Amino acid sequence: MPSASHTRNPFTHVETPAVGVAVEHLTKNFGSLKVLKDVSFTVEPGEIFVLMGPSGSGKSVLLKHVVGLEYPTSGRVMVDGHDAASELTRERVRMALVFQSGALFNSLSVYDNLALYPREHRVADEAGIREKVMHALRILSLEGAARKFPADLSGGMKKRVAIARALVMEPQLMLYDEPTSELDPVMSATISEIIASLREEYHVTTIVVSHDRDLALNIADRVGILMDGKLIFLGPPSELREPKDPVVADFLAPKIDLQHPRFKKLET
Amino acid sequence: MKQITAILEGFGSTLLLLLRALSFSGTLVRQRARFFEQCYLIGYTTLPIVAILSFFIGSVLALQAGYSMQNFGTQQFIGSLVGLSMARELGPVMVAILVAGRVGSAIAAELASMKVYQEVDALETMNIPPARMLVLPRLAAALVMVPVLALIGDLVGWFGGALVSKYTSIISIEPEAYFAVLRRYTHFKDVVNGLLKAEVFGFVVVLVCCNIGLNTRGGPREIGASVTRAVVTSLILILVVDYFLTQVLM
Repeated sequence: MPSASHTRNPFTHVETPAVGVAVEHLTKNFGSLKVLKDVSFTVEPGEIFVLMGPSGSGKSVLLKHVVGLEYPTSGRVMVDGHDAASELTRERVRMALVFQSGALFNSLSVYDNLALYPREHRVADEAGIREKVMHALRILSLEGAARKFPADLSGGMKKRVAIARALVMEPQLMLYDEPTSELDPVMSATISEIIASLREEYHVTTIVVSHDRDLALNIADRVGILMDGKLIFLGPPSELREPKDPVVADFLAPKIDLQHPRFKKLET
Repeated sequence: MKQITAILEGFGSTLLLLLRALSFSGTLVRQRARFFEQCYLIGYTTLPIVAILSFFIGSVLALQAGYSMQNFGTQQFIGSLVGLSMARELGPVMVAILVAGRVGSAIAAELASMKVYQEVDALETMNIPPARMLVLPRLAAALVMVPVLALIGDLVGWFGGALVSKYTSIISIEPEAYFAVLRRYTHFKDVVNGLLKAEVFGFVVVLVCCNIGLNTRGGPREIGASVTRAVVTSLILILVVDYFLTQVLM
């Protein structure tokens, strides 16, 4: 186990200080649509932070700010003390985002998907890259899929390949966008276990965007709930077992009410 | 007003993409595998259709010219007409139009699909600039291959004209006489100017198609819309650039 304040590289086993994330008064508008409204929270180094919220609440947009794919309307996101909006931050801090769809390169085999980052950044020779890729595939139990193409993989395997590809980047910060969506309950639990194991073994700071209640309650150190662009809850998962806020309670354990269906109350 | 803003935005983003791609020029040597792959796609796979089209353009040109010139008894100058027309104008423009339709559409579709399915975002999170990996090898390959295609188009078109001139009864000119006139009136400079045009057209087409592909937003429907926009914009630009280049190169 690495020390609490350090992230261990899964390949070299070298320990580097774990990174933290600070979201400061983040506001994001797309035209007249306000997606994020003055959101602030911090993610401690080595922590698993799960950001929950209903669809369209701005979770994925917030995640894109952390990795520098979106720029704030106001406020800022700091990653290890560097502004996430700056391109230099991606060079200073190794961040890996596991996309909801996997975003695997369809024209490349699984092996080449994983080898792309080390090849482009010339972090090792071809033999070293092979070792690294096969090691990442072994961690995710994917050795047999190396020669396959993304189109030949099941949904669960695609997610695992996406995680393996992120792992090859030797990340200090792992970001997951809806990692258990579109998966069966067993595969969802498997992905949750993988996320927790990677944090346990390598102490990599982890932010997970999800509306998977089981994932949040079982692996999160802290949970944030975003609703209509505002952070309405921030605390340990234990507080979510019996939430006091009725909005939070309804989100986590919605009751199916056939007499008064929700969709009839929704604005069109 | 909205359309003018969109045109200006498109122009600005294309220019920025060009500058960004050029800033990675030093990486081209280690991207040679991608460069050769693009040379194959732009050059080799486009060659058959370029040859077929150029052959029939040269042939039709000779036929039409022969039909008109027989009234004046000037059929012996058909070689110069076909030679100059193919070298200075029809060769480069037709090749550029083919490149726009065949290669440009494929580039726009591929990059738009990569954008829509977040592969481009994945590259950015990996700190791999799309301008370096996806744009630069294509631009370099276009610079090399489109003039080669235009040159082959010129040669095949001249050959098509020679065949028609020999075997059409209203013309009946031997290939030796046809090529003698062609050589006398078509100078090396005319061919080079044509190849230069082809080079500029190819570069513009690939750059525009890359930019439109990379700026696609939405879903599968927008991929189709991007391809249409890329091809239409390329065709318009080929003709606009052709006018100004012809002025400069006269």
